[in-house]
Amino acid sequence: MSAPSVLFDAPGPRTVARHRLYSVVALVALVAVLGFVVWRLYDRGQLTYEKWEVFVTPAYIEALFVDGLLVTLQMAVSAVLLAVVFGVVFGVGKLSDHWFIRWPCWLVVEFFRAVPVLLLMIFVFFTIGIDREGAPYWSVVIALMLYNGAVLAEVFRAGIQAVPAGQAEAAYAIGMRKSQVMNVILLPQGVKIMLPAIISQMVVALKDTSLGYVVAAPGLTAVGKLIWNGEQNQVPTAIVLAALYILTNLVLTALAALAQKKLVGEKKPLEVSMVGDLDAGRNA
Amino acid sequence: MNVVLDNLDLVVRAFTYTLLLFVIAGVLSLVLGTFLAALRVGPIAVLRRAVAVYVTLIRNTPLLVVLIFFRIAGPKVGLNFNFIDVVVGDIRFNNLFAACVAGLTIYTSTFVCEGLRAGINAVPLGQAEAARAIGLPFGGVMREVVLPQAFRAAIPPLASVQIALLKNTTLAGAFGVGEAFYRMKGFTNEAPGERAEIFLIFALVFVVLVEIVSFVANRLERRARVAT
Repeated sequence: MSAPSVLFDAPGPRTVARHRLYSVVALVALVAVLGFVVWRLYDRGQLTYEKWEVFVTPAYIEALFVDGLLVTLQMAVSAVLLAVVFGVVFGVGKLSDHWFIRWPCWLVVEFFRAVPVLLLMIFVFFTIGIDREGAPYWSVVIALMLYNGAVLAEVFRAGIQAVPAGQAEAAYAIGMRKSQVMNVILLPQGVKIMLPAIISQMVVALKDTSLGYVVAAPGLTAVGKLIWNGEQNQVPTAIVLAALYILTNLVLTALAALAQKKLVGEKKPLEVSMVGDLDAGRNA
Repeated sequence: MNVVLDNLDLVVRAFTYTLLLFVIAGVLSLVLGTFLAALRVGPIAVLRRAVAVYVTLIRNTPLLVVLIFFRIAGPKVGLNFNFIDVVVGDIRFNNLFAACVAGLTIYTSTFVCEGLRAGINAVPLGQAEAARAIGLPFGGVMREVVLPQAFRAAIPPLASVQIALLKNTTLAGAFGVGEAFYRMKGFTNEAPGERAEIFLIFALVFVVLVEIVSFVANRLERRARVAT
């Protein structure tokens, strides 16, 4: 359903003519803005070959992809895998029948969802020890695990609750125990509903790996910083960095959409209504 | 003695910066986001597509990279905010602050746009059709029927976006604004032995701030809700 159909009638001939005029004006304005940006870049000498040379030099391209993108992806994947474990434990914990399990799980989840990732990152960084080998890398992974894990815990809870109640009732009726119902009946069905949300969370994690900048962690941003410090080509580097992040995220988003279609069908993506979600509305 | 309690004035000043960043960027992002959303659902196909592309690009760029554009790449092409330098008491609004506000606004407004668009899409088709059937012009349809319902549906996603913004203001600390993250990092550097207390105090203040925003959002949602 396209949005305009909700809001307007089919335009008549006069409105069509008016809209054509607006379109032309808008197009001219957009071209003017783009033209101004390009002209400004050119005027300040940002479009010269020297500034962009590094991005057609094989060694630098290799650095960008191997030391940059690959490490960033590696951090994001390991953070999300750990976050899934964290999320299962605390998401299931929040559904426990015992208050002494439910409450601490609730507290942990709420805490890590509300605390900015940067604060977590610095704290973990200093706790590991700032001169320990690999400390920046692991502080990024652990901080992202805690934050995304807390978000995923909510996803898991919602996913498990989205399994029709009859499933659990039937399982109890044939004599399964509570843990069996969860492990054999609810979780496998829940995961199917949750997979798109988990992949979407990858996008958030991937974007957040860039926060490793503050602890000098490796990854795309770090490689970018090295390049612009060496070559003094801040503008081209920023553009290339943004392009790489955007492309990777678009691929992940497409994957999530595919998983949604294959596994869940046309139903709405799982919505975790709450607050503190960096990426609320992404699926809307 | 605890380094945080000894320097309470610094902590207060840091959180003042955090709140200022949040409020200024929050208001600006709501304005800009509403404007983007209006173009995004408007009748001009060119603008609809252009805004869709723009929003997709910005949303998939990490906020850190957006801030790199404003703080590190921007000055190279004359995009600096040197004309801004206002001092109010202990608080200094300089070019660093302005660049961070600009980055946060640009980034957050795209999420506001998507939230509002989702809200408008949540209004049932029959509502707009009925409004048109009783003869309301486009402005009337929007003002009297569609937008009130759209804003109601958009409150939860907009609240999430604003809370994310509150947490994202910490990135300004990485670019030289003396807000909470900057201060927390400073304290942790000074007294690594007390890092746990420092982290807990700053984290708890953030938890409280987030709870306040979500409480206000809940109240707004309840007030906006109508009997169906």
